[in-house]
Amino acid sequence: MKLSDHEKAMYDGEHGRAKARAMDLLVRYGEALGAERLVETNNVAGAFNASTPSVQPIARKGMEHVYSELNLDSDEVVEVPHMVAHTCQLITGIDNDNWELQGVDRSLLDMQRENEKFLGRRGVNMFATCTPYQVGNVPVKGEHCAWMESSAVIYCNSVLGARTNVEGKESTGAAALTGRIPYWGFHITENRRGTHLVELDIEVDEMMDWGLLGYYLGEVVGEDIPVVNGASRRPDLIKLKHFGAAAASSGGVEMYHIPSITPEANSIEEAFGGRKVEGIFRYGVAERRETYEKLQSATEKKVDFIMLGCPHNSIDQMSLIAHLLEGKRIHPDVALWVHTPRAIKQVAERNGYIDAIKEAGGVVMSDTCPAISRRLPSGTRVIATDSAKQAHYLPAITGVQGWFGSVGDCVDAALTGTWSGRA
Amino acid sequence: MDIAAETKNEAIVLKGRKVVGGRAEGEALVTTETISGWGGINERTGAIIERRHELKGVSFAGKVLVFPGAKGSSGWSAYFHMTRLNGVQPAAMIFTRMTTKIALGAVVTRVPAVTDLDQDPLSVIETGDWVTVDADAGTVTVIKKKPG
Repeated sequence: MKLSDHEKAMYDGEHGRAKARAMDLLVRYGEALGAERLVETNNVAGAFNASTPSVQPIARKGMEHVYSELNLDSDEVVEVPHMVAHTCQLITGIDNDNWELQGVDRSLLDMQRENEKFLGRRGVNMFATCTPYQVGNVPVKGEHCAWMESSAVIYCNSVLGARTNVEGKESTGAAALTGRIPYWGFHITENRRGTHLVELDIEVDEMMDWGLLGYYLGEVVGEDIPVVNGASRRPDLIKLKHFGAAAASSGGVEMYHIPSITPEANSIEEAFGGRKVEGIFRYGVAERRETYEKLQSATEKKVDFIMLGCPHNSIDQMSLIAHLLEGKRIHPDVALWVHTPRAIKQVAERNGYIDAIKEAGGVVMSDTCPAISRRLPSGTRVIATDSAKQAHYLPAITGVQGWFGSVGDCVDAALTGTWSGRA
Repeated sequence: MDIAAETKNEAIVLKGRKVVGGRAEGEALVTTETISGWGGINERTGAIIERRHELKGVSFAGKVLVFPGAKGSSGWSAYFHMTRLNGVQPAAMIFTRMTTKIALGAVVTRVPAVTDLDQDPLSVIETGDWVTVDADAGTVTVIKKKPG
């Protein structure tokens, strides 16, 4: 791989051991990809936190060990300097306030907090959410980023027109210290064009509709770039956030175009940019129905846990849930957890949404989610969620049965203890 | 198994490109389905846990994993990284579709890995075949398992 003089100097250790190890990882990674060079980035969103039991043995030796091993893939333990790129922490495993409800040991909480201090001093901003674009990190069109979190990556590429591949814990760790990431994949204009055309034969409008369409797309295009044509109504942040997360769960979709809505496609022609259309899919009643069925892994109607807010809820979603719960009380056998970024939680608190949810018996969680933390209320057997992503992952990770539906279906289930959602 | 004798008679050699250097051999575990890291594998056992995956419940620990590549969460590399720290990583990786997840994942798992092979490894190699990956040479040598 070709390195600039500054990159060579970092690689050779002239800027310290941490940057040398970071460059070593970036070169190994870039060569594995077949990348010709690195590109400068000043926008890194990664997973730096130490909040799981598996990290504890490493964290006991010191937070430098955690960063060296898990964020740089380095056997040599290096002193970690201040990040050079603007860097933020994505979602973590522990809610700093609701940790007891999650069933987290005090020792794990202490580890996370100590780790946050370590990272905070070095310039890792503690957004602690899967949706950095909701709380202040909104890259501009064309900006080269190094982001993790598949649902954030697809949003970054498709909705914002910024450029990132799906990075990992180690590559973001190295990018934050060097301001570099391999120039490959979605950093390159030609690789951002559409590959498959998807024609909508039915109206896709509600958030649940967009989740189903996303889940379908991931299944049919895998890692390719769908161009979605025929949306009669303009989707907003909430719908596209859910849509992208679903497409990145059932498949590996990292970019899509919706002509006249997303920024790199004013038309179908521009979306494909001369690239050959590799396939055409039609999404109609049958496809929607089949996708809905695929997402249901539950058979028992009696539910005991309702999970809302994956990806983390916007303030408008918090408002809707508060409104649906206003003056009501959830079923005594049900736990309801609603997830939103900490920054949005503060606004929701001011608006009285948190009180409305709490008074109904729900819990507002930040910093984490059940899939990431692998923590559910004890004894949970059957869950319901408005997130295609959680419906995909939670049964696999935790062995629970899962229902997927609209936020209304999920709030109903929370109030009655019984699932009665419909496609 | 007498590898030398077997090789002389039945070896199939595929040529490709090094992703991560090194040489390893082992029994093949083949799937035509992509694999999720985070949420798709148990990093303490190396088993596939994805609900509708054809290898659900099967561990790749010590096997030469032959698969199309990675899908799903960006935690892919971190989870394969953990399989190495837990000693349940695959012996080698052979895959067909390059992505950042699989590239970084293979790098941090630190096992020999190859791609861009001149024959489709997913049709040439079957589970149970004995496979040698010489990533530096870019070769994959396959000895078919005996029928039955």
